Amino acid sequence: MTTDSLILPIALPLLGALLTTALPRIAPLLGVIAATLTALSGLWLTGQVWGGDALNIVLGGWGLPLGIGVAADGLSASLLAMSSLVGLGISVYAVGYFAGSDRGLHFWPLWLLLWTALNGVFLAADLFNLYVMLELLGLSAAALGALTGSREAVAANLRYLLVGLLGSMSYLLGVALIYTAYGTLDISLLSERIEPSALAATSVVLMTAGLALKAALFPLHFWLPPAHANAPAPVSAALSALVVKAAFYLILRLWTDLFANITTTGAAFILGALGAGAILWGSWRALRAERLKLLAAYSTVAQIGYLFLFFPLLQAMPPGPARDDLFAACVLMAVTHGFAKAGFFLAAGLVQKNAGHDRIDELGGAAQSMPATTFSIALAGSALIGLPPSGSFIAKWVMMRGAFETGQWWWLIVIVTGTLLAAAYIFRVLSRAFGQEPTPRCFVTDARAEIPALLLALSSVALLGLAAGPIWSLLGFEGVQT
Amino acid sequence: MNRDLSLLIGILVALLAVLLLGVFHSTLALDPGQRLASLALERLPESGVSNPVTAVLLNYRAYDTLLELAVLLAALLGIWSLGPARPGFQPAGPALAAMVDWVVPLAILTGGYLLWVGGHAPGGAFQAGALLGAAGVILRLAGNAGAGLPSEAWQRWLIVLGAGVFSLIGLLLALTGYGFLSYPPGQAKWLILLIETAATIAIGVTLAAAYVGGRPQMAQPPRSPLAPMADPEAKR
Amino acid sequence: MTAAFLYGGAGILLFALGLWSLLVHEPLLRKLIALNIMGAGVFHVFIAVAHRGDGTPPDPVPHALVLTGIVVAVSATALALALHNRLEQDASDSAQSTSTSTAGLLSGLSISPQSDIIRHE
Repeated sequence: MTTDSLILPIALPLLGALLTTALPRIAPLLGVIAATLTALSGLWLTGQVWGGDALNIVLGGWGLPLGIGVAADGLSASLLAMSSLVGLGISVYAVGYFAGSDRGLHFWPLWLLLWTALNGVFLAADLFNLYVMLELLGLSAAALGALTGSREAVAANLRYLLVGLLGSMSYLLGVALIYTAYGTLDISLLSERIEPSALAATSVVLMTAGLALKAALFPLHFWLPPAHANAPAPVSAALSALVVKAAFYLILRLWTDLFANITTTGAAFILGALGAGAILWGSWRALRAERLKLLAAYSTVAQIGYLFLFFPLLQAMPPGPARDDLFAACVLMAVTHGFAKAGFFLAAGLVQKNAGHDRIDELGGAAQSMPATTFSIALAGSALIGLPPSGSFIAKWVMMRGAFETGQWWWLIVIVTGTLLAAAYIFRVLSRAFGQEPTPRCFVTDARAEIPALLLALSSVALLGLAAGPIWSLLGFEGVQT
Repeated sequence: MNRDLSLLIGILVALLAVLLLGVFHSTLALDPGQRLASLALERLPESGVSNPVTAVLLNYRAYDTLLELAVLLAALLGIWSLGPARPGFQPAGPALAAMVDWVVPLAILTGGYLLWVGGHAPGGAFQAGALLGAAGVILRLAGNAGAGLPSEAWQRWLIVLGAGVFSLIGLLLALTGYGFLSYPPGQAKWLILLIETAATIAIGVTLAAAYVGGRPQMAQPPRSPLAPMADPEAKR
Repeated sequence: MTAAFLYGGAGILLFALGLWSLLVHEPLLRKLIALNIMGAGVFHVFIAVAHRGDGTPPDPVPHALVLTGIVVAVSATALALALHNRLEQDASDSAQSTSTSTAGLLSGLSISPQSDIIRHE
């Protein structure tokens, strides 16, 4: 029964999506119920993995390699926990955000399908099943992003859809080549069979390139800022915090599990160099952005860059506690960014709703009249910069130590520059927010909308920073080696 | 686009193609043997169907098929979120109308046949659903703005029917101890037929509704200069 | 082996042809057709791999994967066409010339609405 429950974080949001489609009148109610159950099942599964070992099941009772495997290890469980908590926050926020609007009707089923695909990607153990999941993710994400119906949003998301399809095609060709050579699609079986060869190298390039396009790795990030900045706030949060993580997770999974013995230092260096480009370019554009949501979207480009800096470090580090630390720090960075960016976008959405716009230069009064929201932006911002005690502070610390230990000092320059630029763009927002307006009367002005944003931002700083240990134990590692 | 740039892209893509061809050729030369074929064919008698492709789609890899129904649903929901459908075409002339009158029932009948035959020969839910969808397309082309589909409330239930029946059966099997989407011995045949029937209806309605291309309208479309044709629905 | 290579090789060529067209051509419909051709190319490779010599039944697994892939491709194409239709409708409603931003690298992937789709009126 425990292994059967692996399917719940996928089946529950799917059922929710079907019910909210069939019964649009009570969609918000059904949506919140489905979201709560999905989040609980995800957290329960995380608890199972934490308490014991990795879980896995082969659906259909046919065993491998005929059936499709579903599996949860520490890496899957960490991201599942992120999608559960962030997804729940987004759902609660969306009830208020879409109240009385026709768009809510379309939001719920698509959002639950998106969540199905996210959890499906995190738990999948089969390369072709991952393709179907990625397509479900891409289609529902593009449809959600276009919900505002504005011309910019529709055009940006049409481009996002096409880019996603191109990425999937590249990935699928890689899968086809792997099936040709190894005759199975299961990741665990393949990882035993794959040996260095021209075919394996070609597959890893095709699949990584396709996924890097979906993860918006510089210079393939061009589609992200308009698509994320023009979506409704809960959707922006889901896209930036969760959807790009799915593609990143898959690259990490493929590089550390499937292709572990064929990746080379040179290939990892290329990923790292692209990540460095993303950090510098994304941070610079965020600094120059005129709109709050565009700033957040460019900040996502930069943060994705940090995640890719881990690849050359992981490649160069010999197995042992130091490499475990690096791996855990990479996961911690991804999860922290998930919470922080979701909180940031949700808060930015409230500012936009309150002020009627999100131009940074004119935010003064609007932001200060909503202390809780401004506080959320500040908290999330500190996690984006990597200030202590946020989770990304620890992650960056471990990353810099890893760069020292493997003698790759040049990444330090990138990390420091990126951090300074992040501090500059966050303080640029905050300096506008604290204008000379009179002090408002109460801290929270709209509880249902402001609390989720605040809690998500707070988690990125307090939960993941002060209590980062669980990530290590979830991944089966010893504590932080400082 | 700049001519030089497109030439450069062309050269790069051609190099990629040559590389891929070389890799593909050398891999085929190694001939890794059976892949999954022998295993899939060997266990075919247990799968409840005798068409191996249907066995893969609805039994060995049923999970993929369930999600594929979800992808189809996501596409239609996305289309509906973009606003109401455009007005339909002009009503068909007498010759086309007469042809539609017998093509549409024939398509539906053939769909039913393909659904049944899928158990032991090429065919199945997707082929049958595609024919149902085609019947809807023909109806819309002949002037029926709603492609012969029922009201929005009914459409909403019909489009979730496939994934709904599929996942409920899967969860019931998990609850009764067989495991998610693991059919009990001997029950596979009719469970697969049940799932396929629901999937066929859902696919047919989804494809037709996607062709209509917008949220169904309860009342007369406000901007439409043409009234939808009165009765092809009665003829279904 | 030869039959499988010819068929699968044709698939790889289709993939490359589609990729080139996708990157080079501006109109959305051409990009969408290019993506579908790329998809058809990948499906060819799967079908070629299923071939196990004359007289032997083919491997059913790649066949089933291709059927799944086709439905996914149809869904994506439908959604893309609907988004494109919506852009066109907006353009004709506001009678305003299109100015989709094509800034950024790989601007070849940007889209420019064309009015070559069948009108319903």
